[in-house]
Amino acid sequence: MKSLAELQALRDSMKDKIGVRDDAEGNIRVVVGMATCGIAAGARPVLAAFTEEVSKRNLQNVTIAQTGCIGICQYEPVVEVYEPGKEKVTYVKMTPEMAVKVVNDHLVNGNVVTEYTIGAKTL
Amino acid sequence: MEELSLNILDIAQNSVRANATQIDITVAELPEQDRLVITIADNGCGMTPEQVAHVEDPFYTTRTTRKVGLGVPFFKMAALMTGGDFSIQSQVGKGTLVKATFGLTHIDRMPLGNMADTMCILMGCNEQIHFSFTYQVGEKSFCVSTEQLQQVLDGVPLNTPQVMEFLRGYIKENMDLLSGGAS
Repeated sequence: MKSLAELQALRDSMKDKIGVRDDAEGNIRVVVGMATCGIAAGARPVLAAFTEEVSKRNLQNVTIAQTGCIGICQYEPVVEVYEPGKEKVTYVKMTPEMAVKVVNDHLVNGNVVTEYTIGAKTL
Repeated sequence: MEELSLNILDIAQNSVRANATQIDITVAELPEQDRLVITIADNGCGMTPEQVAHVEDPFYTTRTTRKVGLGVPFFKMAALMTGGDFSIQSQVGKGTLVKATFGLTHIDRMPLGNMADTMCILMGCNEQIHFSFTYQVGEKSFCVSTEQLQQVLDGVPLNTPQVMEFLRGYIKENMDLLSGGAS
């Protein structure tokens, strides 16, 4: 059974890494569209898969965030990846399985998963 | 939407967009009255009586990206089709209270679903907003708030993926304990 005491232990293990996490260049931001269109298309399990995988791999330089309607509802769930000094990458029609691959290939190894990007999809 | 927890996530986004600093979500299962009551209360910008009258209309939205706003109509429909009720009270500058009542054992009531994911995303991705979540089953209840968590975290951000993972498990386990594991 998880308790707040466990959170305290987690805090202690994270605390010394916080400074690194905030100032680090190369801090990657993953943004998931979470409006009615995104939620109905399955954005919640996609965001959950990102946090789960990033947490599992103990990545320190990744922030996961949500936003409202990005405006391309027919492509939801939409995920945008922002890396300093690089062009934004927009992934579309995401699933939790695809999210895991994006973490492993793109966030960890720096290889954009081109076949999931909006440029690769035609509707 | 296949789960009420998705509707809650969706409705709470309205509170986020209304610049709320406090959002309180309650889910109460009341077996004796055969009711499930969900409330989402915020201290955001609120709405005028005219906006409140329009917000249940699918062809009303404040967005400019498209012409429909389906969040509130979906939630209202989910409640009414179980013999329930739906209401919105709002005051400009004070905030908004959305309340939906469902027939708890009605055949058309959608399951609550993964409420832990909903709260984990809301709390983790909106660090500047105080959230509280109360889950009640009969007489028993479980409550978690960002204030309570931030006190323990002592500066470690709530949106740290590892912290969000903890939060998901923490909420799920405590809810399962009350509901007996079936949501």
